[in-house]
Amino acid sequence: MQTSLHFCCLSLKSTDCDQIQFLRLWQHCGRGSMTDSEYSFSLTTFAPSGKLLQIEYALNRVAEGRPALGIKAKNGVVLATEKKVTSPLVDEKTLSKVENLSESVGMVYAGMPADYRVLLRRGRKVAQQYYTTYRELIPVSQIVREEAAIMQEFTQSGGVRPFGVSLMIAGFDDSGPQLFQVDPSGTYFGWKASAIGKNHVNAKSFLEKRYSEDIELEDAIHTAILTLKEGFEEAITADNIEIGIVGADRKFRVLTPAEVQDYLGEVE
Amino acid sequence: MSGLMEYNGSAIVAMAGENCVGIASDTRHGIRQLQTVSCNRQKTFQVTDQCYVGLSGLATDVQTVSQLLNFRMKLFTLREERKMQPRMIGNMIASMLYEKRFGPYFTEPVVAGLDGEHKPYLCTFDFIGCLSTAEDFVVSGTTAEQLFGVCESFWRPGMNKDELFETLSQCLLSAADRDCLAGWGGVVHIITPDEIITKKLKGRMD
Repeated sequence: MQTSLHFCCLSLKSTDCDQIQFLRLWQHCGRGSMTDSEYSFSLTTFAPSGKLLQIEYALNRVAEGRPALGIKAKNGVVLATEKKVTSPLVDEKTLSKVENLSESVGMVYAGMPADYRVLLRRGRKVAQQYYTTYRELIPVSQIVREEAAIMQEFTQSGGVRPFGVSLMIAGFDDSGPQLFQVDPSGTYFGWKASAIGKNHVNAKSFLEKRYSEDIELEDAIHTAILTLKEGFEEAITADNIEIGIVGADRKFRVLTPAEVQDYLGEVE
Repeated sequence: MSGLMEYNGSAIVAMAGENCVGIASDTRHGIRQLQTVSCNRQKTFQVTDQCYVGLSGLATDVQTVSQLLNFRMKLFTLREERKMQPRMIGNMIASMLYEKRFGPYFTEPVVAGLDGEHKPYLCTFDFIGCLSTAEDFVVSGTTAEQLFGVCESFWRPGMNKDELFETLSQCLLSAADRDCLAGWGGVVHIITPDEIITKKLKGRMD
């Protein structure tokens, strides 16, 4: 609002306009609280059919992204994703897609990497704020709700677009192991196993066949690798996939390439 | 502090027993030494079914903080659909008080409650939220020094709920008798896993 007022005064001086023109400018500036531009209204508006097209487009972007999946086991959760790069010259070691939100919660995405970083930074901040207030780790359901709230906000605010990512969030708290998926619209669900990104329909039906309620974490890691393998075009290696796990110790961690290699050997 | 901590006067004490915990406060609301306004001022507040918070200090801030606490507790239970444990309540109060580091509430809270395993939890704060825990007893208010004295002498480990009530009551009354800013009646709450016993005490009115 501060900038809007400033803008008004400048215009007044330079154009020497009358009162009516001033009022018109005033109305124009007062409309959006974020910017003075044409785009100060939300871009996400209803189509006559009742759809929000921007959100559908965001989902299309997600469905183009590299696949990611999560499986909830009896004693933990596993997140896995494909980490193929566009050129053999890219150093894969500098790329990480599975990250910690807090000590006990981790997440992975499908879609736009840059948008994911924003959600990661915001999520970590929320988790840390919760910890400083209560001196207790934030429950998985709460960090998921916060992330979903941020994503929802970006479907209704002026001057922004929805996030081009879907998230898989995994963690372990007093309520046990948990797995959630958050979509660009801000909707979220708890899952036993789910997949996002390219080929997610096939991956999901593969998981449906493979999943059982009393699966152990180790078996879940194997299933995760096998599911990734289904949609993989080239050879799967320890460098082009990434796996994160959380067990009953409530520590979410990303597996090292060496550990991934061991699991790949077991699956062979 | 310019004497605001001593403006209305208060005595608050909490003690741990065997699978029970108790909190007691005086009920005087005065203006400095010579004017006693009422004898039924509330200074202990129930925050969950197993946890009480006692607030000593400036009466207006005691009311504000108790309302703020009530608000935060309700918001938490609605949002997270669970009960806050006493330890968590303590940490939340610490951060609430420190948020007002440079324009503080003139109140020093005391938390007394039973956690999930029916273990007593006691803690107290200074008015800007420095938390300190204790296994035996905690005190707060203008009568703090006198309460320390009697509690050091009469507290012993493993008291049952009746012993705890008796010790707590005697400690409060004898300490408040040595403080002209507190007393004029008291209230004691004993928290046990199955019930909360609340009793009012009569005190000297001089």
